[in-house]
Amino acid sequence: MYWNSLSDFFAMGDHGLYVWGSFAVMAALMILEPVLLARGRKKLLERLRRQYRAEAIERESPRRAGTPEARP
Amino acid sequence: MNWYRFASPQAFYPLAGRMIPWFWALAAIFGIAGLVVGFLVAPGDARQGEGYRIIFLHVPASWMSMFIYLVMAFWAGLGLIFNFRLSHMMARALAPTGAMFAFLSLWTGSLWGKPMWGTWWAWDARLTSELILLFLYVGFIALQAAIDDPRRADRAGAILALVGVVNIPIIYFSVKWWNTLHQGSSVNLAKSSMAATMLCGMLLCALACWMYAIAVSLARARRIMIEREKDTLWVREEVMKEAKGGM
Repeated sequence: MYWNSLSDFFAMGDHGLYVWGSFAVMAALMILEPVLLARGRKKLLERLRRQYRAEAIERESPRRAGTPEARP
Repeated sequence: MNWYRFASPQAFYPLAGRMIPWFWALAAIFGIAGLVVGFLVAPGDARQGEGYRIIFLHVPASWMSMFIYLVMAFWAGLGLIFNFRLSHMMARALAPTGAMFAFLSLWTGSLWGKPMWGTWWAWDARLTSELILLFLYVGFIALQAAIDDPRRADRAGAILALVGVVNIPIIYFSVKWWNTLHQGSSVNLAKSSMAATMLCGMLLCALACWMYAIAVSLARARRIMIEREKDTLWVREEVMKEAKGGM
C-alpha cells in the first residue's frame, strides 16, 4: 500500500479534482452504457413478444382481429 | 468445426449470449486488479506527483478508441466486400462504444492537461486528430441513422468508416511527426519508459477496457440482430424461448 491515510488518497497530492473527475466520469459512463443496453433489450423483447402474440391471434381469427381495411 | 456457420446471425446469437458473461467477469477481474495496482500500490511519479494516475484511465480509453475504430472498419470492409449480414451488424454495434472511449480519452486528457500543461485544450496534432476520431464515430452513427434502408445505411457507413481509417495512424504517429504538446508514447513493443508496477496497472486497466468493449458490443450486436431479423423464424423462437426464462 502506497498511501499513508485515506485523506492522502482522496487528495491525490492536490490533483484530486483532476484524478477523481476523470475516474468519476469514466466509471459513470462504463456503468451507464451496459445498463442502458440491458434496459433497451428488455423493452425490445417485450415489444416483439406483443407483436408476435398479436400476429398469432390475427392468424387464428382473421375476421375478428383484422386491420380496419380488411373488415367488411 | 465449421467456422462459417457463425457468420450467420442465427448461429452467432446464442454463441454471443453464452460468451458475454465471461467477458463481463474478465472485465471486472482485470478492472479491479488494475485499479488496485494503479491507485493503491503504484508509487507517485517523480515529476507529475499523483496527478499522473490519470494515465490508468486515459491510456486504456485512448487505445480502445483507436483499436475499436480499426475493428469497426475491418467489419465494415468485410461487409462491403462479402455482404455478410453479421459484419455490418458488428460494425454498427462497435460504434457507440468507440465513441464513448474517444470521448473519455478527450475528457481524461483534458483533466490531465490542465494541471500538467496549464490548459484544458490545445489545437495540438494529437488532441485534434483524436477529436476528429470522435467526430468520425458520431458521423458514422448519424449517417446510418439518417438512412432508412438498412442495407444502404450499412454501405454508406462502411465507406465512411473505411475512409476514416486514415486518421488512426495520424493519431498514433502524431507525437513523432509533429512537435506537439502531448508527450511521446511511454510504451511500445520494444521498450517501456515506465516503472514495472505502473506499466502493470496500465496494462490491466487496458485489458479490462478491452473485455468490457467485447461484452458491450456483443450485447449490442445481439440487440441489432433480433431487431433487424424480427420477422424470421429463428428470432421468433429465441424471443419466445427467452420469455420463458433465462437471458
